[in-house]
Amino acid sequence: MLIFFIYIIVIACIVVILGSLPIVLQSFSYTDSEKISAYECGFEPFGDAREVFDVHFYLVGMLFIIFDIEIVFLAPWVLSFNGSDFIFLSFLVLSLIFIIGFLFEYRLKVLDWNKLQL
Amino acid sequence: MLPYHNNKTILFVLVSLFYKLVLFAILYIIVTVVFSVEFFIILVSALVIIAFYTVLERKLIASIQRRRGPNVVGFWGIAQAVADGLKLVVKEVIIPIKANRALFIFAPMLTLTLAFSLFSAVPIVSYLPTNIVNSDISVFLIFALSSFGVYGIVLSGWSSNSKYAFFGALRSSAQIISYEVFFSLVILNVILLSQSASLVEVVYKQSQTLWYIIPLFPAAVIFFIAILAETNRTPFDLPEAEAEIVAGYNIEYSSILFALFFLGEYGNIFTFSYLFTIFFIGGWNVPILNFIPFGLGATVKALFIAILFVVVRANVPRYRYDQLISLGWNSLLPLSFGYFLLTVAIYYYSF
Repeated sequence: MLIFFIYIIVIACIVVILGSLPIVLQSFSYTDSEKISAYECGFEPFGDAREVFDVHFYLVGMLFIIFDIEIVFLAPWVLSFNGSDFIFLSFLVLSLIFIIGFLFEYRLKVLDWNKLQL
Repeated sequence: MLPYHNNKTILFVLVSLFYKLVLFAILYIIVTVVFSVEFFIILVSALVIIAFYTVLERKLIASIQRRRGPNVVGFWGIAQAVADGLKLVVKEVIIPIKANRALFIFAPMLTLTLAFSLFSAVPIVSYLPTNIVNSDISVFLIFALSSFGVYGIVLSGWSSNSKYAFFGALRSSAQIISYEVFFSLVILNVILLSQSASLVEVVYKQSQTLWYIIPLFPAAVIFFIAILAETNRTPFDLPEAEAEIVAGYNIEYSSILFALFFLGEYGNIFTFSYLFTIFFIGGWNVPILNFIPFGLGATVKALFIAILFVVVRANVPRYRYDQLISLGWNSLLPLSFGYFLLTVAIYYYSF
């Protein structure tokens, strides 16, 4: 595992070297305000890009956290499942929580982007 | 008598400890050098694979659409990738005036670093030291590294301070997050059947019994859909929907910084192809031709999956965004969870 961290560091160094190649190689040309402004189609960009955005993206993130935590709970369960009744019952309880969470999400139509009324 | 004796033993212990330390240091240096040769081999092979995979993709799509494709550079256009790469390196880096410079440069580097470390975490053969991470929990390492990839996308979209890049990053991160859930759920099936979270062990169990694509065929299909969405490929290439958001999160990038994103994405495609082979079609084990050396079996199978990516791209139109999210959360998530329940139930009653 230590080797793997060393490897990640080596990769990071190589990637930084790759990324700094243009310092040596790139061809410079003129610079004007149009060239270094943000991309916009047909007119000049206005305002800041970091504005309000659709609440659905937040909802997707929240649902991801809920479901992914359940999967994180399931992962060690899967490794320790040896066919005993108690462990199977505990899995059923966990999956019941998963199913109730899914039904809640489905009945609220949280992720039907056209039907959600907020 | 006693202190002298004590001193001697302490000296002896110290000297022996020193020799052990020196021995350990020498061994450590040897191991590091050996592994760094391996690092180099893996890195270069990943770059070469990615370069020629792009040529293969363009040629294959061209032949599906009955055109020629790239056919000028090198023999039959094989060196097209090299030419494109050289051109990208020589171009000028443009950083928008409103962008956060540090994050803007950091994001593609993070993407490529994560893509290559994910590539190195996947074992290609068992008997060579090519699997750097041969731990018992390498599946969880792969979960972690593949979900880290979202950070590169979010950082690039946010830091470039352009509306198209911002919405592209939002879309892409929401999509990857959604498909991450049942990507993990499907892998839990495989872990359950093999009773191990080590990738080498998964392949070994498959050679003992049978390829998991036979008992887990629906799971394999769901896994393939999930890796299509995770790597932002058609029919889920919403971040690159040209008609809506021009080029997605990497619109402001030029020159080598764009090339780093490009390499990262294609590297991820190959990594996930290798993962598909390891989880479902037996990794480096080939049933009759067991003498095939150097992970050629795994590579040929992964190449097959990667070609499947290209064929899907050439044949399938793009999803609408709400359809994509609804497909992920309302049909594929319950399907994969139901299939996981079924697998667990059958496994329980088999005792």
